[in-house]
Formats: sequence, structure tokens, C-alpha cells
Amino acid sequence: MTYRANILISSSAPGAQAVEQALLEKIYEHHLDGEVQVMQAATLGPQAQGVELVIYPEGTHYVQLTPEDARLIVEEHLLKGRPIARLMFKGIEVEPLEAPASKEIRVVLRNVGKIDPGNIDDYIAVDGYGALGKVLTEMTPEQVLDELKRSGLRGRGGAGFPTHLKWTFARNAPGDEKFVICNGDEGDPGAFMNRRVLEGDPHAVIEGMAIAAYVIGARQGYFYVRAEYPIAISTLRLAIQQARDYGLLGNNILGTDFSFDLEVRMGAGAFVCGEETALMQSIEGARGMPTTRPPFPATKGLWAKPSNINNVETYANVPQIILKGGEWFASMGTEKSKGTKTFAIAGKVKRTGLIEVPLGVTIREIVYDVGGGILNDKKFKAVQTGGPMGGCIPEKYLDLPVDYENLAKVGSIMGSGGFVVMDEDTCMVDIARFFMEFTQDESCGKCVPCRVGTRRMLEILTDICEGRGQPGDIERLEAMAKYIARASLCGLGQGAPNPVLSTIENFRDEYEAHIYEKRCPAKVCKPLIEYIIDPETCIGCTRCARNCPVNAISGKPKQAHLIDPSVCVRCGICKQVCPVNAISIESEGKLAVG
Amino acid sequence: MSVNPNMDLTTVVDVTLTPEEKSAMDEVLSANRDRPGATMLVLTLVQEKVGYISPPMQAYIAKALGVPLSHIYGVLTFYSSFRMVPLGRHKISICLGTACYVRGGPMLIEKYQQVLGVKMGETTEDNRFTLEICRCVGACSQAPVVMIDEDILGRVSPADVSKSLRKYE
Ligand SMILES: Cc1cc2nc3c(=O)[nH]c(=O)nc-3n(C[C@H](O)[C@H](O)[C@H](O)COP(=O)(O)O)c2cc1C
Ligand code: SF4
Ligand code: FES
Repeated sequence: MTYRANILISSSAPGAQAVEQALLEKIYEHHLDGEVQVMQAATLGPQAQGVELVIYPEGTHYVQLTPEDARLIVEEHLLKGRPIARLMFKGIEVEPLEAPASKEIRVVLRNVGKIDPGNIDDYIAVDGYGALGKVLTEMTPEQVLDELKRSGLRGRGGAGFPTHLKWTFARNAPGDEKFVICNGDEGDPGAFMNRRVLEGDPHAVIEGMAIAAYVIGARQGYFYVRAEYPIAISTLRLAIQQARDYGLLGNNILGTDFSFDLEVRMGAGAFVCGEETALMQSIEGARGMPTTRPPFPATKGLWAKPSNINNVETYANVPQIILKGGEWFASMGTEKSKGTKTFAIAGKVKRTGLIEVPLGVTIREIVYDVGGGILNDKKFKAVQTGGPMGGCIPEKYLDLPVDYENLAKVGSIMGSGGFVVMDEDTCMVDIARFFMEFTQDESCGKCVPCRVGTRRMLEILTDICEGRGQPGDIERLEAMAKYIARASLCGLGQGAPNPVLSTIENFRDEYEAHIYEKRCPAKVCKPLIEYIIDPETCIGCTRCARNCPVNAISGKPKQAHLIDPSVCVRCGICKQVCPVNAISIESEGKLAVG
Repeated sequence: MSVNPNMDLTTVVDVTLTPEEKSAMDEVLSANRDRPGATMLVLTLVQEKVGYISPPMQAYIAKALGVPLSHIYGVLTFYSSFRMVPLGRHKISICLGTACYVRGGPMLIEKYQQVLGVKMGETTEDNRFTLEICRCVGACSQAPVVMIDEDILGRVSPADVSKSLRKYE
């Protein structure tokens, strides 16, 4: 059935349900349900624009919608053909972030937000499955591998392993039954680019996997997607079904003797399952504990069969490389890191969201030109890349070109592309503690250094943050970091000390202030700070007192209020709700106990 | 909650299961028991249908799949999204991923705890809400993020907290 119009509505924005319901009710009321199809997408643009929808085929993009607006859109736009200018998106369409025009290049994200992910025809209309057709009818597996080699594509899941080599290993591994797997676990807490690709352009990933299957000789593939991404999972299931209906998955694809099918498996909330061997354990139905390598998945992977596992973004690049050629891809990027990379900019920047830039742009360009600078014009302190196994990169490296080698050189990693910006109000010891809490929690427990070591490091970090730090703690942390990194089985344990090491290296003064002066320079660590109301500024509006979770604030209406530090839990809510900015945080250092 | 290792599967199981639990499990089991990697699939789908996997249900599934109860229990406790006790009618997950952490997630935890009068991981007395922490729901550009059931709320400030609960009964 073909529809006159397809509507994509952002389902993750606050209030989206009410808008969607109003939209559907109006559509039914006017009997348009046979002509207009409404589908959900998580978000339509990385810039927060409230509830948004896009109407295809014209591509009219409406933003900041209320249920009333939705009704109007049906009556005016759909019924009478009169688009409503006042509700339309005013920015630059489909350039969600204003990167310098010469900097942003969309390869992986090229279709995201532009095509209807729920309609395979949309993908086919932009050369979709053309690469698979070309590969199946004109190319040998060796030629595909040559093209990939020329492109210089490296794995986007973190380690940056050359993709053509990985595929070659799996191809050369003996065995009749092989698997391809797509790693959509995206566990890095601060990253969401795989999600956007899966939700916005699922067929590109499916096509990339089918090409991989052809090269290595697999008939079955699996997506492993984290349970936290329900929309990605349903989008993929729909896409797979449509591809089957079109004969692009299943038996004898495009009339050749190549057969391949796909299935989606869900994670269940374990970060370590992003590690490839743990992921395969999980698909097999077991506890997701990493296993020793070798044997590598290429020779003995899922169900002990040769398997190829790549990240979502790695696969999504493949069809473009086939269509446009390896040289085209290699023309972007740096000497050793080719192509583009998506980054999820988050944290204290003005514009957060997804970008895609050629590798080699500098951190400064990403933070200031693309991200618009620091929120509230505060001072840049660091950027955290690579997630819990990555590091914090300080200001002095702002002009560092971002690629795999450079990030490693300054004590961080590329990881999956998380890019969390931190400003002067972020305490680096607290951040180190935060990541250690995460890894300690997520350690699968198989290796003692990782299981026990991360806990001990967390204890020391917590002591420092709570004013119980002791001389020698920094050295203790450094020593433990070395042993844990060296004696752990998988990347989680090996990388767990990185956030601590990189913050000690670059922000040692902050550690020292906590330990020796019992002072938190960023005014974050609760036991070391105090909230104070300036009686001159306070207008006695009572908002702080009403919002305080522990009733620590006293004062009569229209009179200056007072915070009782012995009751205060330092949650910071009062400071946020104060309309006149009368509340400040002090960390004098004399408050320290014990 | 733990499972009694000496639990006699044949007797305990059938009496303690509700008809709904049993029929949901039977449905999932009959469609999936022979698929490769059945344990995870079955547990995920049963939890999706019933909302939890109680010890008697674990025993029932173990028996049906022909695997030791310890295997089911091991898998269940390894993954954080499986639960053994029912949730409240609505689940509130406060994101504590990196982006949300630096943009005020911890503050929201305090506020939700205050408003609901329960601690993280607990369920309110009227069984209306269960409060949980989650790690990044992939909406970091909207940080800090709170997820209530399937709805994602972005840029939540402590002042929005009471309002955010209203539509969930
Ligand atoms: C603890 C841990 C978590 C990981 N999480 C992910 C992940 O969420 N997504 C991913 O693609 N790779 C992740 N990886 C990397 C994978 O093990 C593997 O290297 C990757 O999927 C290979 O794909 P690529 O060659 O396309 O990069 C993780 C590794 C470790 C050690
Ligand atoms: S390093 Fe940690 S997470 Fe990795 S296998 Fe060992 S215990 Fe598990
Ligand atoms: S860190 Fe909260 S949604 Fe990503």
C-alpha cells in the first residue's frame, strides 16, 4: 500500500504521546488514515526542538508542537495542502549542528532524518541496496576486500582495528557455518550515535552486514542491541521484514545463490556485553563474561563458529565505500585514520547532539565551532572521550587533531565516539570516582584485579571526595592502576584505570586540594562544600525553602532565608530554583571532618 | 531474594504460580525453547510479558528448558534489567550516564526520593512507582534525562519533578 504522505514523529521528546494522539485522532476524524501513515522516530534532529514531526514526501519539518498544533497540521497541511510556516523548523534543514561547511561530511548519517526508516523504498530511492547488488553480481569477495583495504576503514567500536583484515581472517577461517554480528550494545554512557543510525537508517547497516556475510561466507547474522533502545529494536525488526519481503534477505538474494538472514537479539543491561566475546556468550544465552582471546571470534566465535563482529557505524560505512570507491573514503581523514566519525557531543556545551566530521578535526573545532562553546560562557576544563575506559583531555590539547593515534597519545581513546565536555564546575576527582563506580559496578567479576581492584580504587576515590583523603593516596591509585590494567582479561579491566590516570596526570592539583586542604576547587564534592544564601540578594520568595528536600532552609516570606548546614544534604536544588541567584557554594577547606 | 537450592521443582512449582504467569511462560516457551540461545530469549520475553521472574517461575523455566536452576539464576542475576519481584505500576529510571551526571542527574535523584518518599530501587507503598537508576538511555543531548515507563523526559529540572508524575496513575 502506498500512502500519500508519511509522517515521522519524534517519540522521545517530552509530551510526544499527547501530540501523537491528537494527530491520530484528527487523521481518523477526517478519514485520512488510508492516505497518511504515521510513524515514530526517536528524535528527528539532534538539536532539542520539543516534539517534532516531518511530513514526507515534501519533507516539511515542524517543531515545538503542542496537541493543538498537531490538529492544525492535519486540517491545514494534510487536508488543504497549506503548510503552516509559523510551526516550521527555522534552522538549516538536516544540518542539525552548524559545523563549518567544509568540516562536516555526512557518510554514516547521510540518510538519518532525511528518509523514512520504516519504508525500504525510501532507502532504495537513495541508491540503497545498490552496493549489495553490485557486490553480488559484479565483485568477488577478494575485490570487496581490496576495496575495503583501499578505503582504510577501521572499526568504529573502539579499538580501530582495520576492517578488511578482520573480514579476511573470518573469510579464511575454515568452517561451513559462519556468522556476522553487529555490535549495537553502545554501552558507553554518553554516546548515542549508533542509536541514531539504527533508528534513522537501519537498512544501511543491514546492507553492510549482508556484504560482510557474502565476503566471509555466512548465512546467518545477528544484531545485538541494548534493551534500553526499544525503538531501535522495533525499527530494525521492521526493516529486516521489509528486506525479506523484497528478497534482499533470505534465500537466493537478488537471484544469486547467496542466502542470508538476520535476527535481532536484545541485551539485558550489562555493559561488559559490548565486549565482543561477552556479547557472543550473551547471544548464546549465558552470563555475558568475556573469554580469553585467542581464539579470536574470527576463528572461534558464536557457537564456536568463525564469526565477524563489527560496530553499527563500521557496517554503515561499507555500502558507501562500495558505491563510491575506497579512494573516495580514504580522501577524508588523517594518514592512519580515514573517513569520517560520528561524535555525540554532550555535557556542558551550548549545542549538544550528533555530528559527523572527517577524522583529524581538532578538539577545539568540535567544542567551539560545532558545539558552540561552553554553556553559559564558562571556562573549558576538559573533554572526556571514549567512555569509562577513556580519559579526560585538558585544555592544552585543544588543538589536537582527533584520530585514533592522537587520542591514545594523550591518555584517552576514541571509543565509540562519546565526547562529553566539562567546564570549570566539573570536579575531576568526582568524575574519576564516577567512572570508577561505573566500571566497578559493571565488572563481570571474572578477574580478581578487575573485580577487587576497581572496588579498592573506588574506595580511595570516595575517601578523597569525602574529605578523608590521605597523603600517599595518589601514589596508591597509580600503583593499583598499573596492576589492574596489566592483569585483567578484557578491555574493561584493562581500561578501567584510564579515567583515574588521566585526571591525575592532568589535574593533580585538584586531587591535592581535596587531600591536603579538604577543599573541592570545583565546588562539587558534597562533604567539602556549603550552600550559602546572600542575605542582601535574597528577596524572601520562599522557593528554595519549598523545594528543599530536607527542610534545611528557614525564613519568613519577604525576608532573607538561611540554610542550616547540619541539615543540608548539598543537593543544589535551592541554587537552581532561586530566581535572583542569591545562593552560592563555598568550599573554604576548613569544613573538612576527619 | 534468593532461591532455595533444595527446592523440589516438581511440587513447589505448579502450586505457587498464578495462571497468568503460567500461561505467559508457556506461550513464550513453546515459541522459543528450541531456538539457539533460548535462555536469554525466554527470560527477556517472559519479563516483557509478566514484568518479573519470581523464583518459582525460574524453576519452571529451568525445567522446561532442561537446564539446571542455577543456570537460570546465574543468567538472571548477571543482567541488571531482570527482576525477581514485581515493579510498581510505573518505572521511573533516572539516568546517571556521563552526560546526565554532569548536567544534574544526582540532583534529580534527591528530588524524586523526596517527592516519592522512597529510596532508589524501592517501590512506593501504593505500588504506583518504582525508582531506579539507569546508565544512559541514548538521549544524552537532552541531559539530564528521566525515563518513566517508555517515555523519555529531557532537560528535567528539580522543579519539574512533581509535575512529571501527574499523568501516571
Ligand atoms: C567493556 C567493553 C565494552 C565495549 N562496548 C562496545 C560497544 O558498546 N559497542 C561496540 O561496537 N564495541 C564495543 N566494544 C568493542 C568490541 O569488543 C569490539 O572491539 C567491536 O565491537 C569491534 O567492532 P569494530 O571492529 O567495528 O570496531 C567494547 C569493548 C569492551 C572491552
Ligand atoms: S577484566 Fe573485568 S570485566 Fe573483563 S573479564 Fe576480567 S573481570 Fe570481567
Ligand atoms: S547520559 Fe543520560 S541519556 Fe546518555
